[in-house]
Amino acid sequence: MWLSCGLTVSIMLVVIGYVIIKGFAFIDLDFFLTPPRGGLSGEGGISSTIVATVYLVITTLVFATPLGVSAGIFLVEYADNIKNKFVQKLIVFARFGVETLAGVPSIIFGLFGYALFVTALHFGFSILSAALAGTCLVIPVIIRTTEEALKAVPNSYREASLAMGAGKWETIWKVVLPSAITGISTGIVLSAGRIVSETAIFYVTLGGSYRTPTSLMSSGRTMALHVYYLAMETRAFDKALATAAVLVILIVLLNLVINTVSRWLSA
Amino acid sequence: MAFRMKKEGVMETIDYSLYYGGFKALNSITMDIPINNITAIIGPSGCGKSSLIRSFNRMNDLISNSRTEGSILVDGEDIYSQDVVRLRKKVGMVFQRPNPFPKSIFANVAYGPRIHGIRDKSKLAAIVESSIRDAALWDEVKDDLGKSAFSLSGGQQQRLCIARALAVEPEVILMDEPASALDPVATLKIEELMEKLKSKYTIVIVTHNMQQAARVSDFTAFLLTDSNRSGNLIEFGKTSDIFTNPVDTRTEDYISGRFG
Repeated sequence: MWLSCGLTVSIMLVVIGYVIIKGFAFIDLDFFLTPPRGGLSGEGGISSTIVATVYLVITTLVFATPLGVSAGIFLVEYADNIKNKFVQKLIVFARFGVETLAGVPSIIFGLFGYALFVTALHFGFSILSAALAGTCLVIPVIIRTTEEALKAVPNSYREASLAMGAGKWETIWKVVLPSAITGISTGIVLSAGRIVSETAIFYVTLGGSYRTPTSLMSSGRTMALHVYYLAMETRAFDKALATAAVLVILIVLLNLVINTVSRWLSA
Repeated sequence: MAFRMKKEGVMETIDYSLYYGGFKALNSITMDIPINNITAIIGPSGCGKSSLIRSFNRMNDLISNSRTEGSILVDGEDIYSQDVVRLRKKVGMVFQRPNPFPKSIFANVAYGPRIHGIRDKSKLAAIVESSIRDAALWDEVKDDLGKSAFSLSGGQQQRLCIARALAVEPEVILMDEPASALDPVATLKIEELMEKLKSKYTIVIVTHNMQQAARVSDFTAFLLTDSNRSGNLIEFGKTSDIFTNPVDTRTEDYISGRFG
């Protein structure tokens, strides 16, 4: 047990250490401030990919958060009271769907996004297409974490509120949601991490332009995608490592945010 | 068996039955709850005490397969023909375990008035103070109204829950074993508080503890299950009569500790 635990930790340390040590050698301020220049040499920095990443994360969360949180609220607070047999069947099916979608490989969402948003709806390779495909990817995560967070709220809170004459929605809005906000925001930050780190799904929906995206309809390249392009299509493996190092730091920071947010909110 | 009194009851329960699915939890209960008195509902576990008290403010509606027969009238009006929000404003409830919200002491008590539309800050502050005073908690918390309700002890939390219920100015307060999770000292405080509150409010208390029923209540209802496990009202009357001179032998057996 000690051995396997030690092994796991050391593998993690070696991977992260390798990326960070090798990568940091190539990082300077210019690296953050200049866009990639394209071409085989892979020269330039990563400024446009940072913009694209942030742009995509925000757009995806704007779509996914209200949808996912509402669906979670519905499944926990309302679904069990529905008497209509047909709707009950639909709900069982929806629950099954959420479970299944959570395990589907991201490239499947990518193909779906390519077929629907990029091609059929003519959104092209764009932040919009990628965000919509990304929404499909993270919605199961948000629904599941919202469900878990709501289930953890003691029923006695709901009873107390209802017994004062509060309505159902009032109770959810003023008592249940504030108590569950920690868990829900954890799910949202987790989703942000997922968008930052996924590659395949955005390869087929976001395109790969290294230019800074200017609108929802611009193509772009997230940092993770940039790592892929640099490693596979240029000779600049060092730049790939440098970008990867920034990416790793970002993910670590996101995890720190999750921890602090949940500690701060539950205090 | 029916127990009616002169028209002084705030709550009249008339031939009231409650079902959970196919199971009949309460069988044809008829009794009046007298105004400005403490009425205790006693009986062994599973006799329907909690089901009965949760009927008065329609909390059983939350159980999806429950249905009722007969009627309960509050101020002469059937509880199912009046708006549930208005009913629950009139008929407040305190639960078995203290269940303050994870909010400040102030926000807990202000919750009810706020949902009923009071926004004015000074008005809210006045309601919060008078409710906490009425719940005999003011001196202990007056400097800590901004603190989390969870910083209070169990007994204080329960009095806070009483203050929270008082803040919407109910006519009736239902208490479902309000002291069962508390130590004897905290229990005593709750009992003293009930004694004080009955001049303004009508109180119904479910209790497992017969001494408590004898100590605090003016009227007592004794429930017992029949062969179908449905709760029946066996006897209702002045607490002094029920405890010293019960009419029904089953009441006498229960009171004297022969079963339950």
